[in-house]
Amino acid sequence: MTSLSDFHADSLHDPADTIRRVLVAKCGLDAHERGVHVVARGLREHGFEVVYLGLRNTPEAICNVAQQEDVDMIGISSLAGGHRDFMRRLGAFMRQRGMDDILLVIGGVIPEEDHEYLREQGVAGIFGQGASMSEVVAFIRSHLRAAG
Amino acid sequence: MLAFAMRDLTHVFAAAQAGDVTAKGRLLSVIERGGAQANAASEFAAQHAGSAYTIGVTGAPGAGKSTLTSALIGQIRRLGDEVAVLAIDPSSPFSGGAILGDRIRMQDHANDGGVFIRSMATRGHAGGLSLATPAAIRVLDAIGYRWILVETVGVGQVEVEIAGNADSTIVVVNPGWGDIVQASKAGLMEVADIFCINKADRPGVAETLRDLRQMLALSPGPPDPTAHWRPPIISTVGHTGEGVAQLWDAAMAHREFGTSTGTLDRRRRERISNELREIIARRLEQRARELITGAQWAELTGQALTGQISPVAAAEAILAPVLRSLPPSPMP
Repeated sequence: MTSLSDFHADSLHDPADTIRRVLVAKCGLDAHERGVHVVARGLREHGFEVVYLGLRNTPEAICNVAQQEDVDMIGISSLAGGHRDFMRRLGAFMRQRGMDDILLVIGGVIPEEDHEYLREQGVAGIFGQGASMSEVVAFIRSHLRAAG
Repeated sequence: MLAFAMRDLTHVFAAAQAGDVTAKGRLLSVIERGGAQANAASEFAAQHAGSAYTIGVTGAPGAGKSTLTSALIGQIRRLGDEVAVLAIDPSSPFSGGAILGDRIRMQDHANDGGVFIRSMATRGHAGGLSLATPAAIRVLDAIGYRWILVETVGVGQVEVEIAGNADSTIVVVNPGWGDIVQASKAGLMEVADIFCINKADRPGVAETLRDLRQMLALSPGPPDPTAHWRPPIISTVGHTGEGVAQLWDAAMAHREFGTSTGTLDRRRRERISNELREIIARRLEQRARELITGAQWAELTGQALTGQISPVAAAEAILAPVLRSLPPSPMP
């Protein structure tokens, strides 16, 4: 019997045709929403379906939503410095639930010295404030294509 | 391929029925993507569905549908039942992408294992629902949800489509709304099983109530003369929960009416008929695209555009290979 992780909706379809679903949320109590709005719209303009969760989300809630929505990627926006703790907890929840086929990406104000720590928590992509939309999209597409 | 998919799918369905959220999410993705796997999943779902009741929530953007849907979720949970929700938003006709932002108003339920919410984009489908919506509803039914809420934006004719897919349809308006002619044109009167004046803490409720009652009095009788359901008008304040219990009672009253008069069965029959028509049309088009090239299709389109041939003749030319591939009709 195949396991659930082998059962992926994409397996019988050409990856090029697949519409990708992403979850975009801000972490913790950070209330700066404009940037994440811009990112959500940018992703939509590149053909993604963006499940937008806005402000004040817990790592557990984000995981619940990601599973229900069967997203390919979780993108977290962090501008108020809560990223280390948040991503540690989010990463832990994801591992606990076997959600290792979901790309984890963070954007916003992320000091260079935190990058390694974040990667250890399972973050695959880190985008500082200078990152362009096309950079982000290119990263996502190449990682999702590689995953198949 | 189909046999393999079925074995796999049986496993996934079993997991979903046992409560595995990832399995539920994957099944809905399969349905959305279409193709052989989706057909196999629909097959399985059809055999196991039949006990869910579907409530549609529609209305203009900003009417407060998501907040109301969230309140209805709370209502159902207080009854001790589980509930599944489909929140549908339009895809961009230009990029094919979408912002699916309805569930942001349902975050109260994010950690409730008895609530399953799925956002769906219309993916090019014009009617305000996605083509996958009927199949998605059936899958949720087969998984075991007794209550399914379907929320969608209604602009113009869209309400008609949601009504075709739900057992009870709630049309949400706000105080101050009330262009009688517009509403009648859009078929809103026939579609609503229940009217909900949301944001009833704002001025204009009495006028909107009067306008709605007037419209309901003016609208033609229902096609089926034995069905005498007069849509109630419920005032609510979604974010406080005021009126939501009454809204739920109205939906249950409509359900009772539907089951006791046979109207529900008739509507479900019509739903299946519509679904069959859609599938047939889609399959024919799909088959046509397999049999003629994109260039030929474009050529015929061009000829229809310049008036060389009529659109009917162009369509006949496109269909000709499909019809030729069928065996001749038996002699009468």
